[in-house]
Amino acid sequence: MCRTGTGPGPEEADGSTSSDSVFAALLEDSSEDLYENAPCGYLSTLMDGTVVKINGTLLDWLGLDRDAVVGRLRFTDLLPVGGRLYHETHFAPLLRMQGEISGVALEVKQADGGRRPVLVSAVLKYGSTGTPLLTRVTLFDATDRRAYETELLRSRKAAEESARQARADRARLQQALAVLQQSLLPASLPPIPGVETATYYHTASPDQLGGDFYDVFPLDGRRFGFFLGDVCGKGPQAAAVTSLTRYTLRAAALHDPDPVAALTTLNQVLHDRYSGDDPRFCTVIFGVLDPDPVSGYVSVELASGGHPPALVLRSGGTAEYLPTPGGLLVGALPNPHFTAATTTLAPGDTLLLYTDGVTEARTGADRSDLFGDEALRAFTAEQADTSAGAVVAALTELLTGLAAGLDDDTALLALGAASATPTPEPLTTKTTP
Amino acid sequence: MDIIHRNNVTVTGNPQGPTVVLAHGFGCDQNMWRLTVPALEPHYRVVLFDYVGAGRSDLSAFSAERYGSLDGYAQDVVEVCERLDLRDAVFVGHSVSSMIGVLAARRAPERIKALVMVAPSPRYIDDDGYRGGFSEEDIDELLESLEANYLGWSAAMAPLIMGNPERPELGDELKNSFCATDPEMALVFARTTFLSDAREELTSVRIPTLVIECTQDAIAPREVGAYVHRAVPSSQLVTLDATGHCPHLSAPDATNAAITAFLAGLG
Repeated sequence: MCRTGTGPGPEEADGSTSSDSVFAALLEDSSEDLYENAPCGYLSTLMDGTVVKINGTLLDWLGLDRDAVVGRLRFTDLLPVGGRLYHETHFAPLLRMQGEISGVALEVKQADGGRRPVLVSAVLKYGSTGTPLLTRVTLFDATDRRAYETELLRSRKAAEESARQARADRARLQQALAVLQQSLLPASLPPIPGVETATYYHTASPDQLGGDFYDVFPLDGRRFGFFLGDVCGKGPQAAAVTSLTRYTLRAAALHDPDPVAALTTLNQVLHDRYSGDDPRFCTVIFGVLDPDPVSGYVSVELASGGHPPALVLRSGGTAEYLPTPGGLLVGALPNPHFTAATTTLAPGDTLLLYTDGVTEARTGADRSDLFGDEALRAFTAEQADTSAGAVVAALTELLTGLAAGLDDDTALLALGAASATPTPEPLTTKTTP
Repeated sequence: MDIIHRNNVTVTGNPQGPTVVLAHGFGCDQNMWRLTVPALEPHYRVVLFDYVGAGRSDLSAFSAERYGSLDGYAQDVVEVCERLDLRDAVFVGHSVSSMIGVLAARRAPERIKALVMVAPSPRYIDDDGYRGGFSEEDIDELLESLEANYLGWSAAMAPLIMGNPERPELGDELKNSFCATDPEMALVFARTTFLSDAREELTSVRIPTLVIECTQDAIAPREVGAYVHRAVPSSQLVTLDATGHCPHLSAPDATNAAITAFLAGLG
């Protein structure tokens, strides 16, 4: 401390203690008193831990008399068992190796059975030959800090519990959604004589119900109805539309299997049901399969309500879209137009229906390109001389590879005329505007 | 799962020499042997490892059930020995690891031919006529304090110290540590350690055994060293003029001298 100037301090004028006398008092402050009554605990030990010196502050904290400690107790005797263990395995070895250690959080035992949290620092005092002679230890009261840490710990535990609960809730929700999702899809497709069927379904997120759907079902003893579509939106509302769509199409087809008529019925139901401020609609291809058990050929009649066109894979190794242009979304307008088309599958041919999750899958290194219609056509052309199952398997592998680029739900439905050895006649495809 | 990765196995020293396996105790990891390894490296092949749950072991391999008994840790030792195809190795265990070594040697006698027990303790809690150094209340308090996360090894030494490239300052902390233990796993190890009673197992030891104790040990008092020496007829007892439960750190020269003399005597 450095003092300059000789004039009286401001306090002298009113008779109070002068700064000179304060300064003098500081000078008289003995080191002994500073040690004994410091605002922290001091102790010194021999190298075996025996306490040889301790200050009054620490004795007060411990609630012990000097005679009960000095020469009688070791530093570890002042620590609860956890602290003893930490002292033996970390504190003492580190101190011996480094000559000092600081900021260690421990507790000291109090005579009344209580525990006082302290922060401990220690240094070794060496003799002239470099042999350690003494350990000097300083202890700071850490009661408030410990209370703060305890509160932090409590908060952390609460946060961890909340996170655990949230994970459990999410797992339960996903489980429930998975069960519900399964209920929106046929558990299995009915066997169709002379026709191989294959499907694939992928939901973009386990936290959302998908909006894609498909179904295959018998209409009579010979023909089978099929459809595949995509409800706008996701989640429970979309699932409700999916459910209504499936049951409506099945019921409508049993009443009148003409594809345009079935879509018209569905449009009326959706439009009436969701005519308020929450309009709901979907895109869908509905069709009828009529397999000829004698020739092995399968006649297909279908109609599209705003859905991407189906692909026809010929066993000769080609793939072409079956155009259904101009068809409108189902449920959006009171009297929409739906586009019909027909084709015939020769043995070995496959009809592939898909949702836009496939064509809009993002590809490329930065996932900025869309897979697109042409890539899908070219890819399926390479599978054209296989089978419905092989086509879906190849597409599944492709989509699995694009997993990071699959933002949307994806559904595939492949219907293949069973292969036969005779060479099929050339076939025609017809679109009805 | 590869055991080398699982137990963070490190092999150093003289590949032509006899093998010495160093096993850390509770609340620590293989860093504990940092002052022992240099003394052994010239003549011995030295194997270090971390028990699952400690140090840089693969924490995903931890199972509270397996590591709820000393046998689970002994299985780690045996699997490390098998993975390295060790024969006639000397197992050096600190504290509770001395007992884990006893179990491992019994399971795989062809792999472990001798034991070195550094500050061993077969039971930490006092019992009729046995002084382990702790009362049941002590151990209850220890486990509570561990649960409360108050102790250095469970708070400051959590595994986030490991592999944290975005926080390099945490790496420095390791230099100040013999231990990095996940708090949950430390608690399991603590229960296993401090509630264990391996006194019966000691009587079955028939292989050469060195018991190293200190004159002052706040964890395993002198009576415990004497007990172990009496219980293992094939043992010799060395009392170091040193203080503490970790003489390999606090009195490395004396500890290393005792270990190397014992190793040399094994031939």
